[in-house]
Amino acid sequence: MSNFFQSETFVNAMEVVKNDFPLAIWETIYVTVLSTLFAIIIGLPLGVLIVAGENGKILRVPKPILKFIDIVINLLRSVPFLILMIMVFPLTRLIVGTPVGTVASIVPLVIAAFPFVARLVEGSLREINPAIIETAQSMGASPFQIIMKVMIPESVPSLISNATIAVTTVLGYAAMSGVIGGGGLGKIAINYGYYRYQYLIMTIAVVFLIVLVQIFQSLGTHLATKCDKRLKNRK
Amino acid sequence: MIEIKNLTKTFKTSDGNVEALKNISLKINDGDIYGIIGMSGAGKSTLVRCINMLERPTEGRVIIDGCDVGTLSRSELRAERRNITMIFQGFNLLMQKNCLKNVCFPLELAGVKKAEAVKRATELLEIVGLGDKLKAYPAQLSGGQQQRVAIARALATHPKILLCDEATSALDPQTTQSILSLIRDIHDKLGITVIVITHQMSVVEQICSHVAILDNGQVVEEGLVSDVFSAPKSQAARRLVYPEGYEKSAEILKGDNVIRVVFNGANATNEPLIAKMAIDEGITASILSASTKGIGDKAYGNIILKIPGGKAELERAMKYLKAMPDIFVEEVKGNE
Repeated sequence: MSNFFQSETFVNAMEVVKNDFPLAIWETIYVTVLSTLFAIIIGLPLGVLIVAGENGKILRVPKPILKFIDIVINLLRSVPFLILMIMVFPLTRLIVGTPVGTVASIVPLVIAAFPFVARLVEGSLREINPAIIETAQSMGASPFQIIMKVMIPESVPSLISNATIAVTTVLGYAAMSGVIGGGGLGKIAINYGYYRYQYLIMTIAVVFLIVLVQIFQSLGTHLATKCDKRLKNRK
Repeated sequence: MIEIKNLTKTFKTSDGNVEALKNISLKINDGDIYGIIGMSGAGKSTLVRCINMLERPTEGRVIIDGCDVGTLSRSELRAERRNITMIFQGFNLLMQKNCLKNVCFPLELAGVKKAEAVKRATELLEIVGLGDKLKAYPAQLSGGQQQRVAIARALATHPKILLCDEATSALDPQTTQSILSLIRDIHDKLGITVIVITHQMSVVEQICSHVAILDNGQVVEEGLVSDVFSAPKSQAARRLVYPEGYEKSAEILKGDNVIRVVFNGANATNEPLIAKMAIDEGITASILSASTKGIGDKAYGNIILKIPGGKAELERAMKYLKAMPDIFVEEVKGNE
C-alpha cells in the first residue's frame, strides 16, 4: 500500500489537486451562490405572488396570470437539467455572448433553480398561520405591508431552511454543468474521471463536493434555528 | 355608536349556501361593554368580523358614528380599522418579533415615527403589567401574558372600539379573571366601547352591561345583562343561563303546578317571601330547588316552587308574587 503513495497515479492526482482544485472550488462556490441568488431574486416574488394572490385574499392578482405562473414553473421543473442546459443555449448566447464556460453556466442554472425556489417560497409562506394575516388586516395593514412586514419576516426561519435546500440542489446542478464547459469541481470530475479514466481525481472532486454540501447545510441549519424566535429559552 | 342594520351574511359552500347571519339589527352605545353570546356555530365570530369588514356582509349595513363602514374605500377602511381594533382567541402575535415590536407594529403600519411608537408601546406594556417583558418573544410568555401583549397592541392606535373575539376562551379560569378585569379597567379608564364575543356565560356576567344572545344566526334576545339573564325568555338564552337544563334543576312531573320565582336584587331577598305568602294568602309551597347567581354587581335568586293546592291556587300565588317589587314569576312546564 505504501507503494500507492509513490505511484504515478497518486503523485499525478496530487499535482492536479494542488494546481486545479483551488480555482475549481472557488468557481463551484461562486457559480452556486450567484445562481442561487439570482434564482431567489426571481423565485421569491413569484412564490409570494402565488400565495398572496390565491383567491384574492391578500392581493388581487388576475387568475390567468396566476395560472400562467403555475404552468411555467411546472414546465421548467419537468425538463431534466442536462437537456435544459442545451435548450437554453440561444438565451445564454444572447445574455453572456457564448453558451459555454463558467459564467455561461449561470444562465441555465438560474432558469432551472428559480421555479424550484418559487415552490419552496410558496411552501414556506403557506406555513404562516392565516389568523396572523387576518390580525394584520384588522389593524389596517395594506397588502404590501402584509407581504413585507408579516408574511416574509414571519417565515424567515423556514425561508432560510429552504434557501439551504436550494443552494445544495444548485451545487449539484453546477457540477453537472461541467458537461457544457462550466468550471468547477464538476468539470474536473468529468474531464479526469469520465474522459481520462482517472478515477482517483474524480473521487477526490466528489469528496470536495460532499464537504461543500455539508458546509452549506450546517451553515443554513445553524442560521435558521438561530433566528427562529419561536424556540423557547433562547436569547 | 355602532348600528348594525339588517345584517345578513351568506357563505357559498359546495353544499349550497349557508346563512351564517340572518337579518341582524343591533345598537351598541358608546362606552358600553356589549356581550354577544351564543353556542359555537351561532355566527358570533362572523358578526364581529362584519363590524370591521374582515367579512363583507351579504346584505345590510354597519354604521359607526354615522359612517357606513361598508361603503368606505379600501384605504379609508384601513384607516378606520385603526379605530376598531381586535383581540383574538389565539392571541395572534408576530412570533418572530419581541413584545415591544409587536405593540409597535400597528403604529408602524400607521406610519408613526419609530421613537414615538416605542414610547407609546412601552407605556402600554407597562399598563398591561408587562413592563419587564419588552424584549421577550411571545414564545417565552404564557397564554395570559400573550393576551396582555395583544391587548396593548390593540390599544396602540387609540381605538374607539375594541372587539374581543373569544379573547379568554383559550385561558384557564384564573387567567380569564385577570384578563377580564384588565379589559374592564381599560374600559373604565379610556371609555372605549368594548364588544365581547364569547360562549361563556361567566364572561358576560362579569364585565358586560348589555348582551345579545345569538342563536343560529339570529339575535333571539337582547338588552341589559341583568334583565336578560334574570328572566331568559328564549330557548337559547335558557340553555345558556341554565346549562344543566332549564327544567331539570328539579324533578318536575307533568301536571305538577310549578313556578319559578326570580329575585331581582337585594331588596327582594330581604323579605321572607314564601312565609309571607303562606300567612297572607294561605298558600303553602314546597321548594324544589333554589340558587343564587351573581350578575354584574347584584345577586339574583332563583327558586323553583311547587304549589300543591291545584291550578287555582297556582294562579293566585302567581298574582300575589307578581305584585311584589323586583320579582319575576313564571310557570314552569314539566318535562314533556
